[in-house]
Amino acid sequence: MLELQHLKKYYATQKAVDDISLTIREGSIFGLLGPNGAGKSSLLRMVTGITMPDEGKIMMGGEAFDPVKHSRYIGYMPEERGLYKKMKIGEQTLYLAQLKGLSKIESMQKIKYWFDKLDMNSWWNKKVEDLSKGMSQKLQFVTTVIHDPKLLILDEPFSGLDPVNSEVIKNEIFELAQKGTTILFSTHRMEQVEEICEDIALVHQGKVILNGSVVEIKQQFKENKFRLETDQALNHFDELIIDQKNTTYTFQYKEPENAKQVLGYCLSHDIQILNYQELLPSLNDIFIRKVEGSAARTFSINS
Amino acid sequence: MNKIWLIIKREYLTRVRKKSFLVTTILIPLLIFGLMTSMIVLSLKSEQKQTIAVLDDSGFFKHKLDTSSESYSFKYVDRMQGESNKQLIERTKSDILLHVFPFNGMDADSILLYKEGGVSLSAKSYIGDELNTQYQIRLLESAGIDKVQIDSINSRSLQMKSYDLENNKETNSEIASSIGYAMGFLIYIIIFIYGAGVMRGVMEEKTNRIAEVIVSSVKPFQLMMGKIIGIGLVGLTQFIMWGVLMLILQLALPLLIPGLGESMHTGMPMSPDVQTAMQSIDENDKMKIYNAIMDQNWGMILSCFLFYFLGGYFLYAAMFAAVGSLVNEDPQEAQQLTIPITMPIIFGFIIMATSVKDPNSSLSIFGSLFPLTSPIVMMARIPYGVPLWQLILSMVFLVLGFVLMTWLSAKIYRTGILLYGKKVSWKEIIKWMRYS
Repeated sequence: MLELQHLKKYYATQKAVDDISLTIREGSIFGLLGPNGAGKSSLLRMVTGITMPDEGKIMMGGEAFDPVKHSRYIGYMPEERGLYKKMKIGEQTLYLAQLKGLSKIESMQKIKYWFDKLDMNSWWNKKVEDLSKGMSQKLQFVTTVIHDPKLLILDEPFSGLDPVNSEVIKNEIFELAQKGTTILFSTHRMEQVEEICEDIALVHQGKVILNGSVVEIKQQFKENKFRLETDQALNHFDELIIDQKNTTYTFQYKEPENAKQVLGYCLSHDIQILNYQELLPSLNDIFIRKVEGSAARTFSINS
Repeated sequence: MNKIWLIIKREYLTRVRKKSFLVTTILIPLLIFGLMTSMIVLSLKSEQKQTIAVLDDSGFFKHKLDTSSESYSFKYVDRMQGESNKQLIERTKSDILLHVFPFNGMDADSILLYKEGGVSLSAKSYIGDELNTQYQIRLLESAGIDKVQIDSINSRSLQMKSYDLENNKETNSEIASSIGYAMGFLIYIIIFIYGAGVMRGVMEEKTNRIAEVIVSSVKPFQLMMGKIIGIGLVGLTQFIMWGVLMLILQLALPLLIPGLGESMHTGMPMSPDVQTAMQSIDENDKMKIYNAIMDQNWGMILSCFLFYFLGGYFLYAAMFAAVGSLVNEDPQEAQQLTIPITMPIIFGFIIMATSVKDPNSSLSIFGSLFPLTSPIVMMARIPYGVPLWQLILSMVFLVLGFVLMTWLSAKIYRTGILLYGKKVSWKEIIKWMRYS
């Protein structure tokens, strides 16, 4: 669906995007992760056609990206949300839909669909300034997806959302993805990514330092940690246990044989296994490890 | 193109539908008209007559100052023992004291005027005129010319007519200067009001953060031009409505205040020169002025006005848009950033003020060709007649200037609207302009 090839965007003081290449599969939910200032927004702005890359190419559906032609298929919600405060909500939504290239009739149909769906029908004649923050963010989301974009780009979509609206938007994102919309979103909150995304890219200082599916990445970074909960004390394997709470043990295996040994021991000693699972690192852990690693690398290069 | 049309429509409709648009559109002509009417009513009513007490120690003007006008009359008085100037004025129930000491010609200290609260300029010039006339008569008489001769000389004066070499038509420079001044002033006001409107609109979009949403659908250039054209159309609408309203009021006024119609039949905003000139001339001359106004090439003036209105507005609106895109929440920042724009406008206004008196000076010609000042200055020159080559050159320059400025402004604009919370230096702005 979307292919970024060696994108670069340099500003006077920094390399906002420094040679980033990514492939985003059609219909996938792709999370762009990174701390504030990593270059996520700069990257997204290029993909929406708001800014042009200094170098590199963007391919969309197999052809070179053309902002004028492709803007119809892109829905973009910037990090800094905004609507005309004094304009009536109905008119405003209609205006934004028409700017995307929808006819008036089409726009009205879509507006009706979304306003019904998200229970916004009574808002038509209100002004944005009369809405609460949560309501206006719901409206912002609707104006972003009103034209059925094939590619939905959301810059920090959950920042500032209350739990209820956060859930509403999350569900809508899932639903759109199921219908085949490709979703690219950025966030600095890792737990959301684990919940929502299939693929991720970790961005730090304008560079991709990690890229792949969430499952793969976790596998790649697993540390062979397992948690075992039993009905009685083990009194064994002291060299493998790294943490213990009552009869819940955290193991770090040193070789694949260890699993067989631990479980075999439990079975042969009539110890009941209440729970047994592999502990995969959270993306947050991986991220911190990677960033610290790269920071250390940069440091060692500089020194 | 379709999208730019949507933007124009939104910019236009949201403004025209506002209550404040209706209020200003109706109120401003009423206000201007009210002001003009009250000025005329006031000038028609004779002011309270002021008495000038004459204390003539020289004896030179004895019984000579016997004229009286609508506003002033003279009265000879004597000073009582130990009486101050103030007491003298109070006792004689006068307003002004004219004290003439024995004099020998050039001495300014020998004629003094006193008044509670200071002597007004008009009183001083009236008294000065009267004194000088009598003084000159006395000198002529002492040179042996008798009164009869003097009177007959005084009643004669030469008449002049001036012609424009280009079309060999009689010109009336008072009328031309008034029309020029009014036109130039209008353009000056338009640029300021609607240019600032564009700037506010851009600032609103930036601070509301809607700009980034919009430019993901349309090009920043389309957004900028849509706004500029939309607001320009609002301006045009307002002008047309003002014109219609003024015309209606014009027609209705003589019915409301009988006897006023005549002094306003020209319907043109007049400079004070023309107004005083009109007061002191008879009906016949009024007709002449009326004809002179009607003789003006109004088709030419109005079409030029439209061209320079649009050209000047577009040129400056693009610059105002660029400035608006640079401003963050702080209005003071806007003030600082508009200085480079307001300077040439004010400069143009100053040149225009001299151009109405001397339309063919080199400064006027420069001002009417240079695109940043030409919309204002050229309008002041047009009623006098401008050589065709200058007019065409000025128009070409204005169009080129507009294209160049819009091109540069668009570059600033598209970066500026996406830059939040950062103060921009001029160095950076210049860099954006170079950046393709």
